[in-house]
Amino acid sequence: MAERTPWSLSGALRGLRARKTIDESTWEDLEEALLIADFGPDITEALMDQMRAQVTKYSATDPEDLNRMLREALEERLAKYDTTLKLSDRPAVVLVVGVNGVGKTTTIGKLAKFVATAGRSVVVGAADTFRAAAVDQLATWAERAGVDIVRPQMEGQDPSAVAYQTVEWAIAHGTEIVIIDTAGRLQTKSGLMDELSKIRRVIEKQAPIAEVLLVLDATTGQNGLAQAEAFLEHAGVTGLVLTKLDGSAKGGFVLAVQERTGIPVKLVGNGEGIGDLAGFTPHAFAAALIG
Amino acid sequence: MATFGNLSSRLTETFKNLRTKGKLSPADIDGTVREIRRALLDADVSLNVVKAFTGAIRERALGDEVNRALNPAQQVVQIVNEELVAILGGDQRRLQFAKKPPTVIMLAGLQGAGKTTLAGKLAKYLAKDKHTPLLVACDLQRPNAVTQLEVVAKNAGVAVFSPEPGNGVGDPVKVAKASIKYAIDKQHDIVIIDTAGRLGVDAELMKQASDIRKATNPDEVLFVIDAMTGQDAVATALAFQEGVDFTGVVLSKLDGDARGGAALSVVSETKRPILFASTGENLDDFEPFYPDRMASRILDLGDILTLIEQAQEAFDEDEAAKVAQKFATDTFTLEDFLSQMQQLRNMGSIKKMMSMLPGAGAMKAQLDNFDEREIVRTEAIIQSMTIAERRTPKLLNGSRRLRIAKGSGMSVTEVNALVNRFEQAAKMMKTVAKGGVPQIPGMGPIPGAGYGGKGKIAPKKKGSKSGNPAKRAAENAALASGVPLTGPSTGGAGSGFGLGSGAGGATAATGAKAPPTAEELSALQKMLGRG
Repeated sequence: MAERTPWSLSGALRGLRARKTIDESTWEDLEEALLIADFGPDITEALMDQMRAQVTKYSATDPEDLNRMLREALEERLAKYDTTLKLSDRPAVVLVVGVNGVGKTTTIGKLAKFVATAGRSVVVGAADTFRAAAVDQLATWAERAGVDIVRPQMEGQDPSAVAYQTVEWAIAHGTEIVIIDTAGRLQTKSGLMDELSKIRRVIEKQAPIAEVLLVLDATTGQNGLAQAEAFLEHAGVTGLVLTKLDGSAKGGFVLAVQERTGIPVKLVGNGEGIGDLAGFTPHAFAAALIG
Repeated sequence: MATFGNLSSRLTETFKNLRTKGKLSPADIDGTVREIRRALLDADVSLNVVKAFTGAIRERALGDEVNRALNPAQQVVQIVNEELVAILGGDQRRLQFAKKPPTVIMLAGLQGAGKTTLAGKLAKYLAKDKHTPLLVACDLQRPNAVTQLEVVAKNAGVAVFSPEPGNGVGDPVKVAKASIKYAIDKQHDIVIIDTAGRLGVDAELMKQASDIRKATNPDEVLFVIDAMTGQDAVATALAFQEGVDFTGVVLSKLDGDARGGAALSVVSETKRPILFASTGENLDDFEPFYPDRMASRILDLGDILTLIEQAQEAFDEDEAAKVAQKFATDTFTLEDFLSQMQQLRNMGSIKKMMSMLPGAGAMKAQLDNFDEREIVRTEAIIQSMTIAERRTPKLLNGSRRLRIAKGSGMSVTEVNALVNRFEQAAKMMKTVAKGGVPQIPGMGPIPGAGYGGKGKIAPKKKGSKSGNPAKRAAENAALASGVPLTGPSTGGAGSGFGLGSGAGGATAATGAKAPPTAEELSALQKMLGRG
């Protein structure tokens, strides 16, 4: 409920750890805890099997051991992929995509600040020409981050054109990093998904795309998988950004997304402030989940 | 994807297994319940609700109720349906208006749930009912949320109250308070307050929302929740219930492929009804929420009622009678065809309409492939014709066709395909209008689950006989856009999406007002064992 401390798997696992030995109810609690953390039925089942096998193998009886094994297993699974952002091209073009309301524009604001702080020149492209006032929202973030922005020349302009102009601008001005905002779209709208493929094609005429970041909302459930697969197909996603981690949801579903699609989580957003963005560290993420 | 297919397809799969068996054994029930549990979890229904739900199903299914039933599988469908309806809140409720205007409606929810967009939709919806809503910009947090609301208000054609620029400037509580006075002065009978998105765990912002509530004493506090939310939905909803004590729920982004499982659990955990569903990015993509219909949608029985309502709103009775007359007297022209097509488009996305039909889950792939733009292309071709040509397609000789192709940016082949299709359709319509049954293989006369899907696919297969790939593609495309025309031949509302042109045929054939609809509904109810 409305506790100030964020919910974590550790809370749910507390009851589990309070027991002296591992018995059938331990497993039930564990399954419940994993399901509530949005890991989803598949991953939950896999983790359960793995834990059962390990407990049998090491004849573990202490729930504390089980807890440790779980954390290690999660860490291992999360650390399987390379989580570094590759921004070595010049200009390095980053395309940010996602469904509606996951925090794409906010993430761009934070990312722009993050990169600008590292001493790189940044330009953001407001290719979300669909939603009301999205351009203004991005402009505000750009101002806060102290970076340049390329706006559409007219209302409702083709987003691909804006993306093209942004990259053009960056090449002309020698800007190092280009971040392009896109309109939120549900993965089921094939017309809009095709538009993403077009934006990609158009950008690639001038410069290779360094990263396509899919922004996922931590409160999302198993639909996150469907989102990732669709965006991977149409936009060639290279990395995930998990936002709203400051809420009570922990986004266990990203593990399933990562395993199913092979796309690593690269960034995590945990607040509305411009500095609330961090690189993804499997160790810290697992620790936050398990406690 | 089978592994994480939506609730609808999962349950359909489960019931398929059930339907093939004559009698239910406890083992069958256990298997079914397990499948339902998994399906619900995959659909993000919260664990507690899943437990309660599957418990109730198992208990009832194991009871005498099932064994005595004529068709046990149907009985299980009914039990699942009933329990789903119960979870979804049972009876629906309408928006409650204040006895003394203005009615104050406050919106609350997480960031990105869709509050601002919803404010516009709600305002437009209410304005349609002759209300004079006022949108109030109390989201002074998110950059340019105020500007967004202003644009939304402009698009919806309603007034907006935004004295503060936002972006962290201004006190939302003061704005909310002032808006009530403003509304009374300017005689707005409804005030819709858009608030900033906030997390359930953010005590400070929750306090602010609670202060807005106290300051304005709203008649309705609507909690907007994203249909895609996972297990966290319940925790968030309970936090908001404690913080602002919302009176109703709005489900947003229901047009995605998420079934909104978690949002459903919100209802069962908070005991607050879902009042509205938001189903797209346009301001018109907004409808009242019907728990019973949502349940049948989950069960893949199609949201037929919603569909019919939408069709009726967009469809003009007189026009229908006129068209029917034209069918019968053989004066149906391309002009009429065009106006029908435009009418059909007024109903909204064809895809959306089709996805509401029973059995649509089975033809999801076809739906995905269906290109809405086909209709636009067909329109372009017809619009490139002269009035005389539209009225007398026989005029169309080679050079005319070439001109039309150039004018519409299509190829002559496509123009030919359209004309052929039109002629065939007109012939078929005539048969139907005169009370005959057209010869279309694969179209069963029985409306209801499953059949709609097969019927629509069959003619498509039949169309691609040509050995020339380009021609085949054109023909297939033509058939796809021709789908609306074949509507009436399925025996009325069996193919509900064809209502735009379909009701015309049905009206002429029987002289009654869309009778197959009632027929089908009763068939549906029979199938659920209610009848």
